[in-house]
Amino acid sequence: MSTDKPELKRKHSLAHILRENSAVQGIALISPTAIYMLIFIVLPMILVAVLSFMSRGTYGNVVYEFNFQNYVRLVDPLYFRILLYSLGVGLATMVFTIMIGYPLAYFIARSPARKRSFYLFLILLPFWTNFIIRIYAWIMILRTQGLLNTVLLDLGLIQDPLEILYTPTAVLIGMVYEFLPFMVLPLYTSLEKIENAQMEAAADLGARPWKVFLRVTLPLSVPGMIAGSILVFIPAMGMFVVPDLMGGAKTVLVGNVIRNQFLTSRDWPFGAAASMLLMILTLAFTLYYTRKAGFGEELLV
Amino acid sequence: MDEFAVEMRDVVKIFPTPEGGEVAAVNHVTLQIKHGEFFSMLGPSGCGKTTSLRMMAGFEWPTEGEIFIDGAAMGRTPPYLRPINTVFQSYALFQHMSVFQNVAFGLEMEHVPKKEIEHRVGAALEMVKLSGMSRRKPKQLSGGQQQRVALARALIKRPAVLLLDEPLGALDLKLRKEMQLELKALQKEVGITFVYVTHDQEEALTMSDRIAVMSQGKVLQIGTPVEIYERPNCRFVADFIGETNFLKGKVKKIERGLLTVELPDFSQEIKGMGHENLAVGQDVSVSIRPEKIRLEDDNNTTAVEEDKDNILRGKVLATAYVGSDTRIIVDIGHDIHMVVWEQNNISTLDPQAYYVADDKVLVHLPFENTLVLPEGVA
Repeated sequence: MSTDKPELKRKHSLAHILRENSAVQGIALISPTAIYMLIFIVLPMILVAVLSFMSRGTYGNVVYEFNFQNYVRLVDPLYFRILLYSLGVGLATMVFTIMIGYPLAYFIARSPARKRSFYLFLILLPFWTNFIIRIYAWIMILRTQGLLNTVLLDLGLIQDPLEILYTPTAVLIGMVYEFLPFMVLPLYTSLEKIENAQMEAAADLGARPWKVFLRVTLPLSVPGMIAGSILVFIPAMGMFVVPDLMGGAKTVLVGNVIRNQFLTSRDWPFGAAASMLLMILTLAFTLYYTRKAGFGEELLV
Repeated sequence: MDEFAVEMRDVVKIFPTPEGGEVAAVNHVTLQIKHGEFFSMLGPSGCGKTTSLRMMAGFEWPTEGEIFIDGAAMGRTPPYLRPINTVFQSYALFQHMSVFQNVAFGLEMEHVPKKEIEHRVGAALEMVKLSGMSRRKPKQLSGGQQQRVALARALIKRPAVLLLDEPLGALDLKLRKEMQLELKALQKEVGITFVYVTHDQEEALTMSDRIAVMSQGKVLQIGTPVEIYERPNCRFVADFIGETNFLKGKVKKIERGLLTVELPDFSQEIKGMGHENLAVGQDVSVSIRPEKIRLEDDNNTTAVEEDKDNILRGKVLATAYVGSDTRIIVDIGHDIHMVVWEQNNISTLDPQAYYVADDKVLVHLPFENTLVLPEGVA
């Protein structure tokens, strides 16, 4: 028939394929994001991975020669201790942000709707100031002649100034301060989603307020807690500004090691290896944590 | 045991409005609910029915007045200490728990031994026909099944009173009708007092032993479904329950329950049954239900003879055949349209047997079915 030919042509036109084939549609729609991710995330990661198997030349250049040297160096007890310590700081940051952030998020989620956006605005307000400046503000507060000590001394609560700055405690304070919003926001989101009727139902069935919290509110907010923990833990592991400024270079975290390899020692391959190790460890932790939380509902009940 | 399962004594609940004012959601409500009764609170949204229920459950506290459960004043007793359980409109099932855990929750709070919990949950799930579903999560159930879980969860504690807040609102019509009958049967079986909040008048009529019709925070009438439908005490109740036709009038004469009402629009008088506290000269609404009106052919003089006052002349505007009956709209002049339902109790295909548009008809309002109602609240 004479109509056969145009029909055939139409079937193979790009427009037709785009209209009819959902797989092609999907690829077409996701391609801008995919291309962006490929250039700015996947390629650099591959570069880092490749770099981690190279070695450092005499003048800080990269010698392209495949070897495991960098990873062997990392097994050194010195680095192992730093890693363990970073893990501890990361976990401590996570725990404290939960302890401070949970009541805060709960309070915001339970306030009247028109006040909530204002409270959330307050949570985000610090981001309007540069991070470094905020850390210096903390230094002003915590140092020996700082605000905290002056007030406590004047009130007669202490006789000698507290030595907080340039100790691990100061690092933890700085870290918790910096990462608190990342815990509060996801927690708020999951707490806000719990309908009031669920808590009323629990009370109606004979649960006292704290039982309502333990059996209903807390388990239902676990997804927010997990999201918050990941958002806090991963960047906390790689953080180097806070330990540098508030830890007085006495506290060294994995982040500091990596930073130093790239900027001070100019040993890029070793820095890359340390980054890879950090990435693998955080990934393993995250996977384990989310897996556990997958059936965590039963664990908590 | 006290005479009443629930008693509200002059209860007022005032809420602040966002504008800074105050609104009385419940305004001096007094009512008594008997043991084992299926009691419905019926009214449009915002009438105070849900607030009343929430006060019984203990989620809200009365601003004034007192609520008694089994004769005990509740005051500010928290929900977890009241012998009452609730089925929520949204079901409010615990999403992170299985069906079994949901139903067992109330018993665990009472520290019932594990063996007994298993036994009683099994029995409760059997009662609501969900035996095989105990390991599922609420999200894996249909709306009707979730509804049953909510019911089992609330009933397992054997409360003195079960409160139900529009529990069938989210179900489709067919399922809702099924559940209405099931709920009623269940209530008979367990013998627990049910307080049922709904805005669906048909639902209330189908299920209730007694109904309280509410509007704007007040109880307008309490009575059996028959009383509420056949003898509404004011215009609002007649209008809200079922369909009805209204005519404006003024009381002219009262004779032992039989009232003569003047209809100014028609310069005619009509007789009807009325409330005893109506007075001569009072403005009233004359209400007559569509199924209780009789249509006669224009030339049928015998009908005029027997009840000749209560006849209006009209013209058929439109008809709709709906199977069991034919719904006819009759224009009786002065921009007043009356809805009449003629039951199709004779099987015929003869077009002559049915009214058609433009037929001239006599609209007969039998005086015993014609109700004279006060304009406001009785």
